[in-house]
Parts: sequence; C-alpha cells; structure tokens
Amino acid sequence: MTNWPVILSIAKTHLVSKRKQTITAGLGVTFGIGAYITLVCFMTGLNGMLDSLILDQTPHIHIFNEIEPSQVQPLEQKFKDAFTQIHSIRPKQRKKNIHNAFPLIQNLTNNTDVMAALPQVSTQVFYISGAIELGGNLTGILPNEEVTYFNFDKYIVSGTAEALENIPNSILLGAGIAEKMSLTIGDRIQIRTASGQVQPLKIIGIFQSGIADIDNVFSYSNLQTVQQLLGEPQSYVTDINVKLFDIEKAVSLSRKLEQEHNLKAIDIKTANAQFETGTTIRNLITYSVSITLLIVAGFGIYNILNMLIYEKMNDIAILKATGFSGKDVQYIFMSQAILIGVFGGVFGLLLGFLLSMGIDNTPFETEALPTITTYPVNHNPVFYIIGIVFALLATFFAGYLPARKARKIDPVQIIRGQ
Amino acid sequence: MIETVLHTKNINKYFNNPVPFHVLKDINLSVKKGEFASIMGKSGCGKSTLLYILSTMDRDYEGELYINGDLITGQDGDTLSRIRNEHIGFVFQFHYLLSEFTVLENVILPAKKLAQKTHQEITHDGMEKLKMLNIGHLANKKASRVSGGEKQRIAIARALINNPTLIMGDEPTGNLDSYNADNVLDIFRQLSDEQGLSLLIVTHDTDFAAKTDRIITMSDGEIISSSI
Repeated sequence: MTNWPVILSIAKTHLVSKRKQTITAGLGVTFGIGAYITLVCFMTGLNGMLDSLILDQTPHIHIFNEIEPSQVQPLEQKFKDAFTQIHSIRPKQRKKNIHNAFPLIQNLTNNTDVMAALPQVSTQVFYISGAIELGGNLTGILPNEEVTYFNFDKYIVSGTAEALENIPNSILLGAGIAEKMSLTIGDRIQIRTASGQVQPLKIIGIFQSGIADIDNVFSYSNLQTVQQLLGEPQSYVTDINVKLFDIEKAVSLSRKLEQEHNLKAIDIKTANAQFETGTTIRNLITYSVSITLLIVAGFGIYNILNMLIYEKMNDIAILKATGFSGKDVQYIFMSQAILIGVFGGVFGLLLGFLLSMGIDNTPFETEALPTITTYPVNHNPVFYIIGIVFALLATFFAGYLPARKARKIDPVQIIRGQ
Repeated sequence: MIETVLHTKNINKYFNNPVPFHVLKDINLSVKKGEFASIMGKSGCGKSTLLYILSTMDRDYEGELYINGDLITGQDGDTLSRIRNEHIGFVFQFHYLLSEFTVLENVILPAKKLAQKTHQEITHDGMEKLKMLNIGHLANKKASRVSGGEKQRIAIARALINNPTLIMGDEPTGNLDSYNADNVLDIFRQLSDEQGLSLLIVTHDTDFAAKTDRIITMSDGEIISSSI
C-alpha cells in the first residue's frame, strides 16, 4: 500500500525548499523541450516549403508521347530467325499528341486511386515583342482544375487563374520573360509557333516559381487557345498530369500505364529521387539534434537528483526508521523527478510555442519564393505531444536510477555513521 | 502474567568487514509491557548493533526476534517498515528531524504514513503530543530553527505519535546538556509510569541508567547482567 498524498507532500516540500536547484533542473528541461519544439517546427516548416516548391506542382504521374524509334523494325518481323542489321534508324514523323487522350483521361478519372487527371497541350513557341524574339514553351491548361489540384495559383504574383480561364486569347507569362521583354499585365505579346503561325495574346498575369529555368521559358494559356494556335482539334492533348490520393502508388500505376497504352509515364519518385533523399537527410538532422538536446536535459536532471539524494541521506534514513519503506522513498524521489519533468516540459512547450510564433512572424522575403513573406513554421500538435512525452520519459529515467539508489540506502549505516 | 512486548532467541551477528568479527553472541532478551529498561556497556560492546536488530532495521543476523509475540525474523522489507511505523518509536542521539519541514509536520509524518486516522485527527494528536511535552508553541516553526533540547523533545513526540508498543532510544541524551538530559529522562519516566509504555534505551550515562527499571549490561557482545 502506497500513501501517495504523503509521498507527494514530502516531494513537494523537498522541491520547494531547494528552489534554486529545482528551477535549474526544470530550466534544463524547459530549454531542451523548447529548443526541440522550435527546431522541429521550423525545420519541418522549411522542409514542407521546399517539398511544396517542387512536389505540389509536380504531377504524381506525367504521361506523354516520347519521340523514339520503333522497337521492332518490319525487316525483323519478316525474317524472325535471321540475323538482320539496319543502319541509321530514325523515328517516324508523327504527331506528338497522345492518341485517344480523352478516353484515357476518363478511364484514369474512374480509377479510385486517382484524384485528378488533367490534359495539357505543350508546344515550342517564340515570344515576340517589338524587335525581341525569345524561344520558349507555351502550355495550354485547364486553369481552374490546375488551381484545385496542383496549387497553380500559388506562384501567380499578379493576375488570377480565373482570368486565364475566362478571357479568350490570354496568356500567363513567366516572370523572367516579362522582365526581359519589359511587359506587364494588359500588354500584348506575339506568339509564333514552329509552323510559322503568329497570334497576339493578352497578358493577364505573371507567375514566378522561384526556379529561373522555368520563369525564363514557360508560359501558360488555356487549353483551347493553344489548340487553336496549333491548328489542332479539341482532342489534341500532348501531356496528361495525374494526381493520386496516395503518392506511394505512383510507381506501380505508371508502369501499368506504360504497358497498357504504349506511352511514356514518369512517376514523381523517379523524377525527383535526389529531392526525396534531401528531405530524408534534413529530417534525420532535425531529429538527431532534437534528441541530443533532450538527452542533455535528461542528464541535467539526473545530476541534480543525484546530488539531492546525497544531501538528503539523513532524511532518507529517518524516513526509513519511522516506517517508510524503501519503495516509498523511491517514489518520493521519482515523483520529484517527474514533477520537474511536468513543469519543465509544460514551460518548454510554451517557450517552444512562443519562439516558433516569433519565427513564424519574422519577415522572410526572397526573390526565389515570391508567395512567402515570413519564415515557414509547421505548428503540428504532434510535435508538442512528442515533446511532453519525451520530457516525462527522460525525467522518469533520470530520476529512476538515483531514486533506486535511495531505496537501497541502509538507514542503520547512516544513523550509526554520524 | 505480564505481557512480553519484545523477545529474542539466540541472536548472533557477525561483521565481515574488514575482518570476520563475532559482534553479538547468543543474545536472549525480553522486555515486558510497561518496563523501562536501559542497555549499558562500553563502546564497541555491540549495544547499538543489538538495538538496530531489535528495531527491525538491521535484518542481517541469526536467531529469532519476536515483537508482541509475533516472529519478525525473515519478514520482507515492506512488512518490517509497517511494523516499525506502527509499533516502534525511535529517538536518536542526533535528533534527526527533517529540517525543511515544520515541527508539527515532523511529528505527524509517521501517522500520515500509517493513514489510520483522518488528517484532522492526526494534526490534533500531533498538537496533543507537543503540548504534553511543553513544546506546543513551536508547532509551526521550521525544524531547523529550534534548539537541541527542543529537537529531542520533538523527536520524542514523533516517536509517540502512533501510540507505539515500544520506544527505543540510541543515546537519546548523549548530545544534550545535563539540564535537557534530565528533562528527557523525566519525560521517559513519566511515559513509562503514567501511560504504561515500554522503553528500551541504549546509554552511556550511569545516572540515566540508574533511574530506569532495569539495567542490561553488555560486554564483548554478551549480556553479562540483567538486573532489576
């Protein structure tokens, strides 16, 4: 039978009477947990931002028609058992579009793993304004759907995606092109296709992805405008971008699509393999630093409790002599450790919250990330739960060893040794 | 027939450090209810060692120990703690109070551990004991702020709080001046006479021992006389 009110009142008296030591030990936990919360919120916020920079806009599967020579030549089909050798094989002249694109999109949309499958028409163009001609790439999209599924509006620095949808013959220009050609919203720009067709388009917006290679080359228009520009029918689609509910299924689905439809399908994992490695390593660094901080805090508590027990030898002996069992004494010191953990931990969470709020409100403006105005912070409640649980675990173990020592102290030796 | 509160059968104890040493040799002893006994002997004769065995704190011995007729030897630590809590009161040479607690808290701590009464009853009892020993006015002082003689009386109050069967003392007057020593002796005498408490006190002081009911004299780990 353990008499908790008595044990807790003794623990409380010890903590209160050694206020400085208690505060020092508690502060160790507070700073450890506070630093952990701040670090992990900030680092995962940064990671999330970098991830979204690439991943939000990247389709989980990108389907297109690759220009490549036929794998099997007619000659080889004719003489199957013979040794044939053909020099200078060239791909056949054919259209770049995906054959039967809309039935394929319909088919993909019906797949339960697929969130959305959006058609695009991509083509090489020249941007012409005054005397300047720049090579580039114009992509016809369904603006509203792109906004819904690929956060298309996130990088539009002026103008809106709706304008692209509603205004005919409009264009959303990359910031790099706009700057080079001194163009702004409302201006007109001439577009010349590879076949020589020239068409003026109205600039309804500027986007800036933060990646110079994209901003200097790409621009967007709606699907119909580009199809008309190329003189192609409405069924002409060169790319299909697929977004899945579960990114992990991208690899298997893209393989399946390649086999079934004789198309090229690149999944996000293959396309961004090195990027994912970077994310993993950043997470690893975050967690190893956090755990180090928490372990240091744990050792602080261990030290202070150890000292406390040496100071309290007489108290331990007297408690045991007057009928407190070894277990009671152990619980007294354990509850001190855990009380330090609870209070230190709660203040640590508070400190971490305040610091990360501070970071969240610190201005962070960079050319590369136009839509971000403050440092990114990920306020995930899970980190706070991990923080307080670790505070309790660390203080429990830091308290356990000294408390067990206190349990084993022989009161006779202390009393007689005086 | 008078009840026996404490009784031993052939208790032997050895120290092995630094050299094997036979400290207690076949101790057979009994203390009756209401008896005020003292143990005397030279330093190193084993009287304190014996007291700590009788107090149940030292479990490393051979032989048998009975308290209130129950065999104590071989019980586990938790049971022994409860027996100490309930049946034995302690007074040491160096008062041994918890210096961060108030006087009253020190006194009532064993009763709170026993948890057989409500907090109010325990506090009331604690105040009664303090008043009985004329130190009621100290109740809310920190234990580190009272004088040596007062500390010893607080320790006695603490020993009494659970109305124990037996009070044990290890030179309770050894660290006090003669005035306070007499005071403590008077208190013990009074407890024995008026409340029928049994006391077993280890002492050096022949004057102190002379006023007890019985003097048990030890030498070289043996009881050589047990006069009444």
